[in-house]
Amino acid sequence: MAAVDDLKFQEFDDAANLLAANPDATTISIDEPAEIPRNQHGRLQEPGREEDDELLGTDDSDKTELLAGQKKSAPFWTFDYYQTFFDVDTYQVLDRIKGSVFPVPGKNFVRLYIRSNPDLYGPFWICATLVFTIAVSGNLSNFFIHLGKPTYHYVPEFRKVSIAATTIYAYAWLVPLALWGFLMWRNSKVMNIVSYSFLEIVCVYGYSLFIYIPTAILWIIPQKVVRWVLMMFSLGLSGSVLVMTFWPAVRDDNRRIALATVGTIVVLHALLAVGCLAYFFDAPELDFPAPIIPAHNVSTVITKSR
Amino acid sequence: MRDLKAVGKKFVHVMYPKKSSALLRDWDLWGPLVLCVSLALMLQGGSADSKDDGGPQFAEVFVIIWFGAVVITLNSKLLGGTISFFQSLCVLGYCVLPLTVAMLVCRLVLLAGSGTVSFIIRLIVVVAMFGWSTLASTAFLADSQPPNRKALVVYPIFLFYFVISWMILTFTPQ
Repeated sequence: MAAVDDLKFQEFDDAANLLAANPDATTISIDEPAEIPRNQHGRLQEPGREEDDELLGTDDSDKTELLAGQKKSAPFWTFDYYQTFFDVDTYQVLDRIKGSVFPVPGKNFVRLYIRSNPDLYGPFWICATLVFTIAVSGNLSNFFIHLGKPTYHYVPEFRKVSIAATTIYAYAWLVPLALWGFLMWRNSKVMNIVSYSFLEIVCVYGYSLFIYIPTAILWIIPQKVVRWVLMMFSLGLSGSVLVMTFWPAVRDDNRRIALATVGTIVVLHALLAVGCLAYFFDAPELDFPAPIIPAHNVSTVITKSR
Repeated sequence: MRDLKAVGKKFVHVMYPKKSSALLRDWDLWGPLVLCVSLALMLQGGSADSKDDGGPQFAEVFVIIWFGAVVITLNSKLLGGTISFFQSLCVLGYCVLPLTVAMLVCRLVLLAGSGTVSFIIRLIVVVAMFGWSTLASTAFLADSQPPNRKALVVYPIFLFYFVISWMILTFTPQ
């Protein structure tokens, strides 16, 4: 026992010296298992590297893997496995929505809000709301545009709901799938420091679509200029969330591939917005005069006939 | 006869929603089926100008109501709710009753005419019944949810009844 005590005391002495020299080092003792020093390492390191952490997430990916391993331990055919994707409270969902509408420059949406707890509630219900908002707003806007015409008979246009649903859900799930596959492939070649799981990419895309809901409601206003200004505004906001999320993931790659990836993301997002505007909202016609002008014409006709 | 009485009692419970557990304990899907079929039938015959832009078909209404109810139930269970699958379907289906009544009223009002006055009457009736449906189903379902996720569970129910109300309000006869 005395020999063991001597050994322990000596080790403590060494450790004290080492700690004095390098405060961040791990301390290993004989009878502790290997995993704990890793945890201590993570915890000691975290406060100093938080700024890097948010953009790069090197340490975070270690923690993410640990946490992911702990969280999703249920096999995928059980109900509990899917319950882990809905592990969010009301205030968390509201925070994520706020983060997608007011993007802070330099802060990564995934690191800041999702923090290795991606949820499927937000993407699914935001897409559902968007589908119905676009269909209903399009219907209302067409109704108001064609209101004065005698030959117009109102139709609910229910077929458009299924088209809207197919488009939006395909965009919100297939584009993240393609992007994830692409990032995985580049990761195997270039060893990027940042990599996102498939669910995190779905999460970002889902929450970035939220800004289109109020935009679609405001698109009822039948003015072309207003609609395009609204579109540019919402495209800017949600596009910037996407760009700030994915730029750290590709910037270490070949310059042209990085720019092409980010460019494709933005172009696809713009195509979705433009396509929805063009298909669901009839153009306010320019040849059919607005109600103010016929009165003007009538008064000029009267003055001319005098 | 006993089943009919049970269904009738549940209808009364929906019209006067008190927090009773009778609706939840003995669930049955007869009432929702009857309501769904009658709502889908009443939504037929509207502005189907042989183009595809008309109102929803029978199958579409059916699918929306049942698929919507299933999705909402799954959502509430995934968020940690303690209610069973069929109990939730039962409650959501029975709470379509006010909207079916609204559809009936709308069709009667449309027989009288389809001008602005009739539209305003229909709008008021549909909005009132939509509020009643949402409040009734929330009163039954809210207790089985974890407290900090109530809004997450109530919102899809709101969306569900909103879509059904929209289908009712935009029904225009030929």
